[in-house]
Amino acid sequence: MAEWTEEITHIAGTDLAIVKGGKGKPLLILHEELGHPGWMSYHQELAKDRTLIIPIQPGYGKSPRVEQIRNVHELGLFYNWVLNEMNLAPIDVIGFSIGGWTAAEMATANSKIFRKMMLVAPSGIKPAEGEILDIFAVTIGTQLNATVHDAAAAPEFRKLYGGERTPEQFEAFEEARTESARIAWDPILHNPSLPYFLQGVRGLPTHIVWGREDATVPVTAADSYQVALKNTDVKLTIFDHCGHRPEIEKSAEFVKLVREFLA
Amino acid sequence: MILMYFTERPYRDVPEDEVIKNRGFFGVPNRFFDREVGARLYNEYLDEMVYAEDVGFDAIMLNEHHGTPFCMGAVMNVEASILARITKRARIVLLGNPLPTFKNPLRIAEELATIDCISHGRLVPGWVRGAGSEQIFNQANPAYNRERFEEAHDLILAAWTRPGPFRWEGKHFNYRYVNPWVTPFQKPHPPIMIPGVLSPETVVWCAQHRYPYLGLGTALSATAELWNIYGDTAAKEGYVAGSENFGYLQHVFVAETEEKAQELGKAHLFGGGQGAFSRPEHTLPPGYNSKEATKRLARTMTAGSGGFLGVSAEQLGRAKSNEDQPANLQAVADSTRRRLARGEATIDEAKAAIYKSYQKAQDGLQIITGTPKTVIPKLRRILEVLRPGTFGVFQSQGPVSFEDRMTSIRLLGQEVLPAVREIGKELGIQDPFERQPGSRPYTTGTQRDQLVSLDALRANA
Amino acid sequence: MHIMYFTERPYRDVPEDEVIKNRSFFGVPNRFYDAQVGARLYNEYLDEDVYAEEVGFDAIMLNEHHGNPFCMGAVMNVEAAILARITKKVRIVLLGNPLPVVKNPVRLAEELAEIDLISKGRLVPGWVRGAGSEQIFNQANPAYNREYFNEAHDLVLACWTKPGPFRWEGKHFNFRYVNPWALPYQKPRPPIWIPGVISAETVVWCAKHRYPYIGLGTALQSTVELWNLYGQTAADEGYMAGTENFGYLQQIHVAETEEEAQKQGRAAMFGGGAANFSRPEHTLPPGYNSKEATRRLAKQATDYGFLGITSEKLKESQRGDLRHIGIPKQNGDTRDKLRKGEISVEEAKKKIYANYQKAQDGLQIIIGTPKTVIPKLKLIMEVLRPGVFGLFQAQGPLTTQQRLTSIRLMGQEVLPAMREIAKGLGIVDPFEREPGSRPYTSGTQYDSLVDLEALKRAPKRDESVRV
Repeated sequence: MAEWTEEITHIAGTDLAIVKGGKGKPLLILHEELGHPGWMSYHQELAKDRTLIIPIQPGYGKSPRVEQIRNVHELGLFYNWVLNEMNLAPIDVIGFSIGGWTAAEMATANSKIFRKMMLVAPSGIKPAEGEILDIFAVTIGTQLNATVHDAAAAPEFRKLYGGERTPEQFEAFEEARTESARIAWDPILHNPSLPYFLQGVRGLPTHIVWGREDATVPVTAADSYQVALKNTDVKLTIFDHCGHRPEIEKSAEFVKLVREFLA
Repeated sequence: MILMYFTERPYRDVPEDEVIKNRGFFGVPNRFFDREVGARLYNEYLDEMVYAEDVGFDAIMLNEHHGTPFCMGAVMNVEASILARITKRARIVLLGNPLPTFKNPLRIAEELATIDCISHGRLVPGWVRGAGSEQIFNQANPAYNRERFEEAHDLILAAWTRPGPFRWEGKHFNYRYVNPWVTPFQKPHPPIMIPGVLSPETVVWCAQHRYPYLGLGTALSATAELWNIYGDTAAKEGYVAGSENFGYLQHVFVAETEEKAQELGKAHLFGGGQGAFSRPEHTLPPGYNSKEATKRLARTMTAGSGGFLGVSAEQLGRAKSNEDQPANLQAVADSTRRRLARGEATIDEAKAAIYKSYQKAQDGLQIITGTPKTVIPKLRRILEVLRPGTFGVFQSQGPVSFEDRMTSIRLLGQEVLPAVREIGKELGIQDPFERQPGSRPYTTGTQRDQLVSLDALRANA
Repeated sequence: MHIMYFTERPYRDVPEDEVIKNRSFFGVPNRFYDAQVGARLYNEYLDEDVYAEEVGFDAIMLNEHHGNPFCMGAVMNVEAAILARITKKVRIVLLGNPLPVVKNPVRLAEELAEIDLISKGRLVPGWVRGAGSEQIFNQANPAYNREYFNEAHDLVLACWTKPGPFRWEGKHFNFRYVNPWALPYQKPRPPIWIPGVISAETVVWCAKHRYPYIGLGTALQSTVELWNLYGQTAADEGYMAGTENFGYLQQIHVAETEEEAQKQGRAAMFGGGAANFSRPEHTLPPGYNSKEATRRLAKQATDYGFLGITSEKLKESQRGDLRHIGIPKQNGDTRDKLRKGEISVEEAKKKIYANYQKAQDGLQIIIGTPKTVIPKLKLIMEVLRPGVFGLFQAQGPLTTQQRLTSIRLMGQEVLPAMREIAKGLGIVDPFEREPGSRPYTSGTQYDSLVDLEALKRAPKRDESVRV
């Protein structure tokens, strides 16, 4: 049964692949640096009462690279354009990892583009303690393993990455990593100006979600986000025994949290 | 023939266990650097180069790597500067300056022009994209590697040949006022040579620019294929490529007796040798490869390999198919590294695996070790297959004493170089200073020069 | 006393008319560069350096400028590398590497470490912000000049002293993996000296870092003031500054007879000399100065010395192209008249050379025989008490032989005399006494750094005369 579709739309001056599925009010999902992982159980759950709109970031999969996007801020401007053109604003958003950072950049440009914003372990701010994992100087294997706290206890993680690596997968990963490097190589996965501009975000209920054992973006960065978003309503949830991907490691709790927040 | 002396100027006192534990030379913490050793080695290497000129080498080749005991020439232009003054005749061949890692290419144009002037026109500047680890060390975005390479190249050539002042507004570099006071001694600009490890993109780019391409100890069959690509591209560009368009670098170590040579020659494999330069994640940071190259690499990888290095499809193929009896140094290093990482092998086992491949590496000509009498026939085989106008002799990397290194240089000069020159003459090999690369027009429809000898290659196989 | 030989390695065959027509050395089109001449000069300058070592200099000082016949050392580390190998005992003093224009400080740290190693620990790396024209040449944003300088400085030192690998995340520089393999010979790091042209910010920064400060031919009166500022800052920092914290550079030419010397020495005025290094708009690009400095500049018309920000230059700027700091355009001086075609190149030249005697009177340049130059040097040493003294071989179209004779005479007669004078004055250099090594007790009197009585005997410098 087709739970979702992927279509190429000519929008914002490019051909953008967009995955759509579910029914109900639209919910924008911005995927992480390794790309859209496929239709996972949390998508399935959320799609029961929301229409998920998952743009495939330019440079990933079927979306061609947009040369003019040279950093995450510009990626945010691009998505703002997409939302305007699709007439979707204000929309609820969930951004994962670099997708969370992107959502935050979008909000700094226009707080009213979103109705509610959920940031899941976003990179983008240099944590006060610890360092963001330099994903560009480690193997894909190391990077993947660093995204979860306990791979053995996360069946979806094993489903995603546990098997043999196909040439297609290898290529897709390399493309994803290349695109992330293009926009976030220097400084390493953050924008030093972001905390300043986040203070300008107003009237946008925000929920920050993190795993306490996050080995990719240290949980201390959650505080930095919270401080920077001081002029809007911001909540923080930290999952124990959880790494960088609560949506995979704590799927049920995560879905519950999303439903409550977006209700 | 242009015969070059080359050493990577290794820091030979690094503890081998550290290299093996770290799974690569790149990234050995710098607390293992001892200033007394470093100061002595830098000066000994300069002594070697002066001596190489004395015994008859035509050129000194330098290279550059950052943050690794494997090559102390982190800024090889320092040594090039010194050679410009302390040598008299030898060409100073830089293979090459890592353009994408430079944040200010105009400064490099000035630096090299100064060196060319001080040497009275003996500089041969070459360019490289820089290994992946250089991008990491210098914080140079690998996703823009080739773009930065090409733009920096164009800018430097413009700085050298276009009268200043002019404005440069590129994608990666902007200068409001390009007017370097000092421009190179050689006009219109110094001859450029490009080294490579078999990236077809680089070979085509070289052919389009009529730059000689120098294979860095690459496997003969793969090298022969790439040189034919060069030849075809040259024909398309309207010129005939010949021996003047090619160069080759070969590990060679010579001693007075075969026994001594065999014993000392093992040092080539120190720490895993050439194959253990850096770990895969440092060699191939994201975006370093073109989409095409990534596709090629993906095709050659079989599922579950867990690693990827991608120097050449051939090497990878061997690494996979023959893991227990690896046929080359890269493969040994890769498999050793994997086992170490997984805790499947101890350091001593890793070392044993590395040195086990010594004879095979010699059989496959990855390294040539012996007396002048035994190495000359092997060199002849390479010359017959590849017909390179430029030939670099790559001195031992590992812990061989200064004295033994100097003996090797002496024997090379006394016996090997004259023999190689004779062979070159016999094979009709022209170097890029005898015949300007790209100077012979190609007439469509005619047969282009035979660049390699497939008969000789088959005889080698 | 540590005595340095210095030359800017000028391209001496540049046509003077081109410099004057262009209204400065910076920006003379490079079609006037002849590689044969350049190759010969580079090697002759290296010969000079080697000879300077032979005749008794303690150090060779190098500097760096870009896009300019005034100084062929566009990347002075090239020459420093060669000196590391071809000299045996002299210090190699770099004053200095222009940190804000280098753009990859880790590479610079590697480069200098190599040179220090090859020389077995004879390198003295200094840093500069780089003249305004260097920012233009290297496309280094002048508005971030001091930030680049500070961060690059901190990063280079971290490369040298902090065990690798470590990550550097700064405002202007990011390096994920700092682990230069070759580290300097000198431990914990090579000694650092800073040259300057009397920027108060730089003097205070030096004092805080305990780096010796070298005044580049600056007027004695203002130099004295700044050195007292250094001394006060040192005391605030808890240490006593002394002669070991200071250096001075003096342009000089020596010949066998006074007549020869006077005739040859005119070369120092060539093309307008150092004062005509660059035009105001290149010297002071927007943001290069701190707000404080701009305010000082706008208010005062005092001398800021050497390469450029003088009262005269300020006036020029006002007439020229500094309307962006709110100063209206006026009309006036030689450069401006030349630009407007109101005077000819010949007239401009005449004006330049007319100042030759005045420049000597004010000690902007010292020209003579050993017998006549020694008393002048003595006076400077008495006033400023510098532990490091640089003798700056006069610029301009001197012949190679004239330059070598000058070096020989300095070595044979001037250097021994200076060493005696220094001994008499109790001057110690930074290798005899580590700068910043003497603690200062609050409330006590600290060393007198300058001699105000001697200053009274010093001639008054005509600030309108620039060499």
